[in-house]
This record gives sequence, C-alpha cells and structure tokens, in this order.
Amino acid sequence: MAIESIDRAAKEFVLSLQEYFLFATRAALNLFSSPVYWSDIIVQCDIIGVGSVLIVVFAGFFTGGVLAIQSSATLEQFGATAVTGQFVAMSMIRELGPVLTGIMVSGRNASSMASELGSMVVTEQIDAMRALGVDPMRKLTTPRVFACTIMLFFLTIVADFCGILGGAAVTVFMNGQNGTQYFSMAYQHLHVRDVLQGLAKPLFFGFIIASIGCFYGMRTTGGTQGVGQSTIKAVVFASVLIIFVDLLVSIVMVSF
Amino acid sequence: MNAPLASPVESAPQSTAPVLEFRGITVSFDGPPVLNNISFSVAPGETRILLGPAGVGKSVLLKTANGLVQPDSGTVAILGENITGLPERTLIPMRARTGMVFQEGALFDSLTVRDNVAYQLIQERVADEEVDERVHTALRFVGLEQTFSLFPSSLSGGMRRRVAIARALIHYPELLLYDSPTGGLDPVTSTTIIELIVKQRDVYKTPSLLVTHRLQDAFTMCSHRFDTEKDAMVPLPEGETHTNTSFLMLNEGELIFDGSLHDLVRSENKFVREFIE
Repeated sequence: MAIESIDRAAKEFVLSLQEYFLFATRAALNLFSSPVYWSDIIVQCDIIGVGSVLIVVFAGFFTGGVLAIQSSATLEQFGATAVTGQFVAMSMIRELGPVLTGIMVSGRNASSMASELGSMVVTEQIDAMRALGVDPMRKLTTPRVFACTIMLFFLTIVADFCGILGGAAVTVFMNGQNGTQYFSMAYQHLHVRDVLQGLAKPLFFGFIIASIGCFYGMRTTGGTQGVGQSTIKAVVFASVLIIFVDLLVSIVMVSF
Repeated sequence: MNAPLASPVESAPQSTAPVLEFRGITVSFDGPPVLNNISFSVAPGETRILLGPAGVGKSVLLKTANGLVQPDSGTVAILGENITGLPERTLIPMRARTGMVFQEGALFDSLTVRDNVAYQLIQERVADEEVDERVHTALRFVGLEQTFSLFPSSLSGGMRRRVAIARALIHYPELLLYDSPTGGLDPVTSTTIIELIVKQRDVYKTPSLLVTHRLQDAFTMCSHRFDTEKDAMVPLPEGETHTNTSFLMLNEGELIFDGSLHDLVRSENKFVREFIE
C-alpha cells in the first residue's frame, strides 16, 4: 500500500514537472511568433515592476544595514572594519540582492498571478477567452513571464543600490566610520564577474516566479478552495526553486 | 430590444450540410465516460435544446462542440470541418466563428461591459468608432445600452447573462452555444433571456445548441415565436410548435432522446417520462 502511494506520488511529480517544462517553454516561445500582446506586457511591467519597487527598496535598505551591523562586529575582532563596504557590496550584488528581490517579488506577484488566473479558471473566464478566439497562453502567461523576467533584473539593481546605501547609513551613523572609505572599498573590490553573476540570476528568478505563478493558476481546480491551494503552491515552489537555481547558477559562475 | 445586429438575409444559411455534427463522441476524465458514444447533428437554421438533469455531462458536451474539451474517441465537425485532435492554434480561428454563452456569463471582471462585449473586435484591432457602434447595437439588442461603461461587478446575474449574449452575438457567429443561460435566475429574468434567444433564432436564424435542465424554458422556446412588429415574443397558435426547434436528452453520459417536442411528450422512455413529468 505504501509502495503504491509512493509510486503514484512519484508519477504525479514527474508528470507535473513535464507539464511545467512544456508550459514554461511554450510561454517563452510565444514571444517569437505573432500575436504578441505588447500592451499587456507594458501593463504587467507596471504591475510587477513599479508595483514592487517600494518593498524592494525597503528590503534592500534594511538588509544592507543588517549586513553592515553583523559584519562590522565580526570584522572588528580582526581590526578590519574598513572592509565593511566591500563585504556589504559583494554580498548584496552577488547573492542577497537577487535572492531577496526574487523572494519578495515571488511573495507579491507569484501569489497574485496564481490567484488571478485561478479565479479566471474557476469562473470559466479562461474558457470564455478561448471560445472568443484568443489564446490565454499568449494573452495572459507570456506577457507576465516576459515582464517579470525584465522587471526583476531592474528591481535587483534597485535592491543592490539600496542595500549598499543601507550599509553606508549604518556604517556612518551607527558605527561612526568614514563614508568615503566605505564607498571606496565597496567600489574598488567589485569586479565585472561579480556584477555579471548578480545580474544573471534575476533573469532566471523572474522567469521562475511568473512561469510558476501562471502554471499553478492555469491548472486550478476545485473552486475558491482550489484558488487558495494554487496560490500557496505557487509561492512555496517559486521561493524554493529560486534558492535551488541560485545554488546552481552560483556553482556554474564561480567555476568559470 | 429592436436594433438589428446583422441583416437576417446576411445571416440566412446557404447550405444544408450540418453546422455541427457529433459522431460517436466519448469523453472521460480519469474515470467512467462523462459522454459515451454521442452522435447527433445541428442543421442550418436549427435550434437544438439539450435537456438533462444537473451533472450528466451537458456542459462537457457543449465544450466539446467547439473544441474546448477534446474527445477520447469519435469526431466533431463544426461548420463542415473536423476539429477533433486539432492543435489549439488551429482551433482558435475556428472558435471565433462561433458564439458561446457560459453558465454564469464568464465576463472578464477587470474589463468594462464595453470591453467585454467588444473583446473579439478589440483583439482584431477594429477601429474604436466601429467598436463603439457595434457594442451599442449589441447592447441595445439585449436591452442593456445603459450599462456600456459599467463593470460586471455592478450588474445583476440576469444582466450579466444578457451582456454575455451580446458578447456572443457581436461577431455575427455562424453557430451559437448556450450553456444553461437561465440557470439560477428568477422566472421573470429567465423569460427575458429566453425571449432574446427566441429573437436570435427567429430573426437571424443562427443555428444553436442550448443546454438547459429547465423544461419550462425549453417548452417556451418551442411554443413561441418572435414577432418583429410587436418587438416581443408571442405564443404560436394552439397545437403548433416551432418546426426548427428540436430536443436532445442526456442521462449518465448517454444520449437517450433525439427528436421533436411531439416525440418528446410521447416518449415511452422511463427516464424521459420522469423528467418531463
């Protein structure tokens, strides 16, 4: 009995994985054939990008501040508080900026996409769209995936910038260190490779957030309860997948 | 309710080939078949009323008719083309030639009534002036011109169905599919909806397949016609029924009846008798 249930669960998992890959591939490929709904892409850029700026600014600023406090306490033991700027900038740009932005945007937008599309499924609006001769994948999914991928890239830059500023605020106003030294250390020890790594990650994360959110939204079943379930799954899977892909991308980029 | 959507002459059928044809359709979802070996057809200008209790697969049958649901076996031909197994990309332009009214209206919450009704036209990038004109005409047809700028959330259930009918008609469909258009509505609103369907049937002669579990609606459609001079639905003379309106009955996935009102009321099938009595 236990073997049977494990067998069924494993098959369902593999099937879901296959469906997700097909779904995500189709969402991406739709961008290279007509019709492409550019106006919907702009609307989604506004909702995902502009709508998430505030949470990203605050999350980035506070994270940078925390990094400065924690690192300076440790660095003080070695008389190396001068490198706080380097530590904060490196951590924010290579790792925390992309991952935190991804998780914050996932909480806000993967949930919103799953619940919006899920509600449309259970109220037959998706079927109505198909009946009216419009492909919901092109109209709803592709604009969200494209917009999220592009906007997460820019949001990560905002988060990195705010994180370095937050670190500077703590370093200067709380730790009483020199601001010029902080920014100088932050800038001098930053290499193109670090920046590339930090800017490549959000492209993956943005794609994951939107494709997972839309995937769970589009396969919602079971009425309003099903919408809730889809929303939870979308946020959980998107967040876990972001961290997993972060690990993979870091391994690949560090090895080159 | 007196504005024309399209000239009746323009909408008149040109061919006698079936507009919709089911041949041995079977559909199942992880279990026993929801539809089992269903065969029937809808002729040009014909209205077919699909009766049956809730949960017997009526809506699935309707969604199979325009490819929203793909059958496990059998073939569906719509407007002379076999749509079974066609990819979504090929089905989409085919579906645009049909109109479908969903059970709860299925209006897009985030769009105004104008944008809901004009959805297809907007996707086809029709000029705004023409869109507005055609939306006004369609809304006038369903008696809801005043709702032009409203959002669906501010409409009653009956008004939402009427807007859904306007949306289905605006593109001059060659086949209309109604999924329980009066389900959950009060008798007065139901009669208004049925009057619109009868008007569409008699004035524009668009072939249609209507799903319902409400026998009174089906009998009203059979026993009435639309009088264009009075701009209202009027009863047919005693003993007469509408010749182009016939019935199908579904039970537990099987098509148990296919015939006229006359045949229906005289059917000896036990389930049919129980249903109509």
